[in-house]
Amino acid sequence: MSLPAYYTAKDKVWHYAFRVICFAIFFFLLAPILIMIPLSFNAQPYFTFTREMLTLNPEGYSLRWYQDFLGSDSWMRSIRNSFVIGIAATILSTTLGTLAALGLSRAEMPAKGLIMGILISPMIVPLIISAAGMFFFFSQINIAQTFFGVVLAHAALGTPFVVITVTATLVGFDQSLTRAAANLGASPTTNFFKITMPLILPGVISGALFAFITSFDEIVVVLFVAGVEQRTIPREMWSGIREDISPTILAVATILVLISVALLTVVELLRRRGERMRGLSPQ
Amino acid sequence: MAMSDASGNDVAIGNETDSKGRLLTSDGRPLRAALERANRRRKLTAFGLVAPLLAFIVIFFAFPIVQMMWRSVDNPAVVEALPRTLEALQDWNGEELPSEDVYRALYEDMMADQDLPRLEQKIGPLAVRLNYEVSAARGAISRTSRNVDEFEAPYKEAFMDAHRLWRDTEIWRIIEREGRPLTASYYLAAVDAEYNENNEIVRTDENRRIYVALFGRTFAMSLVITFMTFALGFPIAYYLSSLPMSKANLLMIAVLLPFWTSLLVRTSAWIVLLQGQGVINDTLVGLGILDDENRLSMIYNQTGTIIAMTHILLPFMVLPLYSVMKTIPPSYTRAAKSLGATPWTAFRRVYFPQTLPGIAAGGVLVFIISIGYYITPALVGGQDGRMISNEIARHIQSSLNWGLAAALGSMLLVSVLLLYWLFNKLVGTDSLKFG
Repeated sequence: MSLPAYYTAKDKVWHYAFRVICFAIFFFLLAPILIMIPLSFNAQPYFTFTREMLTLNPEGYSLRWYQDFLGSDSWMRSIRNSFVIGIAATILSTTLGTLAALGLSRAEMPAKGLIMGILISPMIVPLIISAAGMFFFFSQINIAQTFFGVVLAHAALGTPFVVITVTATLVGFDQSLTRAAANLGASPTTNFFKITMPLILPGVISGALFAFITSFDEIVVVLFVAGVEQRTIPREMWSGIREDISPTILAVATILVLISVALLTVVELLRRRGERMRGLSPQ
Repeated sequence: MAMSDASGNDVAIGNETDSKGRLLTSDGRPLRAALERANRRRKLTAFGLVAPLLAFIVIFFAFPIVQMMWRSVDNPAVVEALPRTLEALQDWNGEELPSEDVYRALYEDMMADQDLPRLEQKIGPLAVRLNYEVSAARGAISRTSRNVDEFEAPYKEAFMDAHRLWRDTEIWRIIEREGRPLTASYYLAAVDAEYNENNEIVRTDENRRIYVALFGRTFAMSLVITFMTFALGFPIAYYLSSLPMSKANLLMIAVLLPFWTSLLVRTSAWIVLLQGQGVINDTLVGLGILDDENRLSMIYNQTGTIIAMTHILLPFMVLPLYSVMKTIPPSYTRAAKSLGATPWTAFRRVYFPQTLPGIAAGGVLVFIISIGYYITPALVGGQDGRMISNEIARHIQSSLNWGLAAALGSMLLVSVLLLYWLFNKLVGTDSLKFG
C-alpha cells in the first residue's frame, strides 16, 4: 500500500503501528476459535500441541475424537435433540414474530412502544432470571423436563430477533404495493402470500436463522428446564467441560464452527440480497 | 364514490348532509362515525396480528418472571403452619419465653398437621423456612414434630425438654416476625443485613457478608470487561470503517465468526488456551520464558473470566461502533487538519465526539450482557471469578433458598432494566442490529 507523499516519518510509524495493533486484535478474535481445529485431530488426550504434531508427523494426528463423538449415543442424541428443538422453536417463533411485526409496523397500531418493550424483553432480561422463572412455572404446569417445555422456552427467547429483523425489513416496505393489490381485488390472504411475503422474505429468513441459532446455542434455560432426555449439544458440552474434559469437545467444537460458518454465509448473502432489492425499489 | 384506504376497507362518501349539517356517507350514516369505525377496525386488525405473540410472551415469559419475583416477598410458611400459635403469640411481650398457652397452641398446630395428607403437611416447609433464619431450626422442628404425639401437659416443659431451640426467645421472636404473609427478610439477606434481637435491621457479621461484595464485584468486572471491549473494539471499528467496502466486509468476518460461534465453543477455546497444561503456558515454557513450575494460572479465576468474556462480548462493541463510524464523513477530519489541527487534535476534537453514540450503545450493551452473565463465569470463573448469576443459580439448584434467589434476581433484573432504559434514552432500540 502506498502512503501519501506528505506523510512524515512519524505519520508512517503510526500508520504501520496502528495496522499491527488492529491485526493483533483480529488475531485475538479469531485465533482461539481456529486453534481448536488442528487440536481436535490430536492423537493424544491433551489440549496442547504434542511434539509429533509440531513436527507434522502423521502419527501425531488422528480422527479418534471424531470417532468418539460419532460413536457416542449421548452425543448423537444431543444432536438430534438440538435440531428437533431448534427447528420446532424456530417455526413457532418465526410464525408468531412475523405476524406481530406486520401488526407493529402498521401506523394505526395502538400502544406500540409498550408492546414492543414487552415483546423484546426476552432479549434483555438476563438469561438466568428467565431460566429461573420458567423453571418454577414449567414445573407447576408439568411441562418441565419435556420437549414441549424446552421448545416453548426457546421460542420465547427467539421471538425478539424475528420481530426486530422483520420490522426492520418492513421499514423500507412500499405500502402502495399492497394497496394496489387490494385495489385490483386481492383478498388480504392472497395479498399477504403474493405481495408482502416475497418482499419481506429475506428479513423473515434471517430472523428465523437468528431464532434457530439462539435455540441451538442456548444452554442456561436448558440447564434449568430440560431433563436428561432433552439434553442438547451445548448441554452435553457443559457436562463435558465440567465433568470429564476430553478432546472430544474439540471435535464437536470444530463441527459447530463449521455450522456457524455456513449460517454466517447464508445471513450475509441474504443481507446483501436485501440491500440490493431495496436499492432497486423506489423509496 | 368510494375511497379505498390502506387496509382496503371502503368508506363510501356521499355528498348529502343530515339535518344538523353533518356530512353523510352514501348509505346515510354520519361520515365521522363511519370513519371512526373503519379506523377502529384497522386498529383491531393490527392488534389482532400482534395478539398471539403478546399472549405467548406474557404467559410463558413475563408471568413466570413476575411469579418468581413474587417469591422474594412471599412468606406463607409460618402463617399456614402455625395459625393457632400466631394467635396465641399476640399477647406475648417479647421479653421472656411465651406462656403455656402459646406452647399448647404450638402442640395443637403440630398435631393438626400430622392429620393432613403427606403432601399438604406444612411443618416441613416451616422447618425449611425457619432454617434460613436460625441454622438449627430445621432439625429441631422436624425432630420435635415427629415426637409431638407423645407430649403431655404442661406443654411448655415438654417442648423445652425436646429441644434447646424452644428454650430460647429467639425462635419465638422469629416466628412472630415471620408470621406475616409478606417478608422483607430475603431482601435484607440480599444486602447483607438481618434483624437483631430487638427486631431492628442491622448489618450481618463481617465474615458472613457476601452479597454486597458480590454485587460490587459483578459490577466491577462488568466495567473492566466493558472497558476492555472498548479499548480493543475502537481501533478495529475505526480501521474497518476507513477501508473500502469490499475489504471491510472481508475483515468483518473476523468479528462475525466469533459472534456466530457457539458460546460453549468459545469458552472451551479459552480453557484450552489458558489452562496450566494449555497452549499458552506450553508455548511460554517451550520458549524458555517460564519455568515448568511457574506456569501462569490464567483460568478458573477472575483473569480467565475477564479474558474469555472480553473475547465473547467484543463483537457487541464493534458492531454498533462500526455502524456509527461508517456514517461520519471523512471530510470533517480533513477540514480540521487543513485548518491547522494536528492529527491528534483533529481526532480528539472532531472525530471522537461523533463516535460517542456508538460508544454509548456498545458500552451499555456489553455492560448489560455482562452483569447477567452465567455460563462463562460458571465454567472458567473458579472462586473469585463468580458473579451474581452464579449465586442465583446456586440458591435455586443446590441450597434451595428460592426466596433469596428471587430477591437477588429481582435486584439484578431492576439494574438491567434501568440500564436498558438509559440505553434507550441514549441511542434508541433501532440501533440494535445483528450480523
